[in-house]
Amino acid sequence: MIEMFDVWKTYPNGTNALKGINIRIEKGEFVYVVGPSGAGKSTFIKLMYREEKPTKGQIFLGGFNVSRIKERQIPIVRRSIGVVFQDFKLLPTLTVYENVAFAMEVIEAPPKLIKPRVMDVLGLVKLKHKAKMLPSELSGGEQQRVALARALVNNPGIVIADEPTGNLDPETSWEIMKLFEEINQRGTTVVMATHNREIVNTMRKRVIAIEAGQIVRDEQRGEYGYED
Amino acid sequence: MKIRTIGRHVREGVKNLGRNGWMTFASISAVMITLLILGVFLLLAMNVNYVAQTIEKQVEIRVFLDVLADKPAIDQVESQIRAIPQVESIKFVSKEEGLKQFKESLGEKAYLFEGLEKENPLPDSFVVRTKLPQDTAAVAKQIQRLQYVSGVNYGAGTVEKLFAITSTVRNVGIVFIVGLAFTAMFLIANTIKLTIVARRREIEIMKLVGATNWFIRWPFFVEGLLMGVTGALVPIILLSVSYYYLLDAMKSNITLTIFKLLPLFPLVYQVALALIVIGAFIGIWGSLVSVRRFLRV
Repeated sequence: MIEMFDVWKTYPNGTNALKGINIRIEKGEFVYVVGPSGAGKSTFIKLMYREEKPTKGQIFLGGFNVSRIKERQIPIVRRSIGVVFQDFKLLPTLTVYENVAFAMEVIEAPPKLIKPRVMDVLGLVKLKHKAKMLPSELSGGEQQRVALARALVNNPGIVIADEPTGNLDPETSWEIMKLFEEINQRGTTVVMATHNREIVNTMRKRVIAIEAGQIVRDEQRGEYGYED
Repeated sequence: MKIRTIGRHVREGVKNLGRNGWMTFASISAVMITLLILGVFLLLAMNVNYVAQTIEKQVEIRVFLDVLADKPAIDQVESQIRAIPQVESIKFVSKEEGLKQFKESLGEKAYLFEGLEKENPLPDSFVVRTKLPQDTAAVAKQIQRLQYVSGVNYGAGTVEKLFAITSTVRNVGIVFIVGLAFTAMFLIANTIKLTIVARRREIEIMKLVGATNWFIRWPFFVEGLLMGVTGALVPIILLSVSYYYLLDAMKSNITLTIFKLLPLFPLVYQVALALIVIGAFIGIWGSLVSVRRFLRV
């Protein structure tokens, strides 16, 4: 569960990215965050995994008060969240397998568990047969699937995605979306910032629209609502 | 930290050296060149210091006693000199001994003074050494004021000049070594910083999936340590071999034998230890300082 109470974010250069956000996202929900560029979507996402700190207000995420935790506790919070980005953020020198296993090594998971678990998630994203390849040998959609496998490998309760289909063609985007849907059906909360009108309007979920730092719309099975 | 994790950090550190091959090469080269220059200066400074020390040790005060001084008077002077705190040793040289030494120093021409034993013109004397060579002049002046002392000789003027030169050489050496050590540290920190900039992404991802700061730092620590120590090895070998041949060359060259240099051992061990410690320190320091900025994700 994610909760925000009167959250404000002002950047050092004076930009008011968020102005009094109140939200409650239940466990197991699938939420699209939409809005024009620069409206505050990315800040909203970054606050959840504590890349940014709110200027004012409280954020609760999976039992942590994310707005109050100490620097030292950030890693603990991040272990309960999987993050997926528009640009995949894979390590170019590691193979597909190593990229996914990396997320487990980093949190000092027992080595015996790493291999079966990595092969498991690679199976989920249907990339088992390409485990030994380098990211540069894969298509964009395949790279995003690897990134998704990495986000899932530590069994997070929440997956946060910032424009996960932004760099992909429509067909590949749908493959990725089907995976997100599947993950969500297994009980994982999904929060996704997106510009993809077609997807939002077709795969109907809760839609939160942010404009000029404020939530202007919050509807179940909502529409994208913007002309591109 | 679990033992398994230590193994992982060491493996990662070593692997990273290979992955960033050219950068590693650049960093190690920087360490090598700076430590080589540092090593040359270290050898030079230690030897200058050694030569200066040998010269300084030869400085002694010759105290000539009054011809009228009898045994109790001589004893009195001795105990008075001994009471001066800066004095390290005092040796009595009787006039007979003095003559013998004098004749020995003349070698073959000693027969010229044959028969002087009966009419020995030399006075009894003391040879005084001070704990610190620099105190010689002050102690000599103090001794001169004592009763029964007819004269004092310590090479006034020459000794002062010698000390002025040796202390200048020493100070210049220290300034050079400290300056070079700092230059090396900044050079290496910068090179390592470049390798880390190239790996920003890796650090960013590690933070995003929940790695602790120390988990991220350790491989860099290992990497810096290895680079520093590897960078120290080549200069150590080069310096030891060249120093060995230098000593050899000086031995066969007769005009240079007056300058006695420090023997190969334990000098090379000391220099090796100094270079490895400095190399390791600048390597670790360089990588930890550089990684710090990137941990604030």
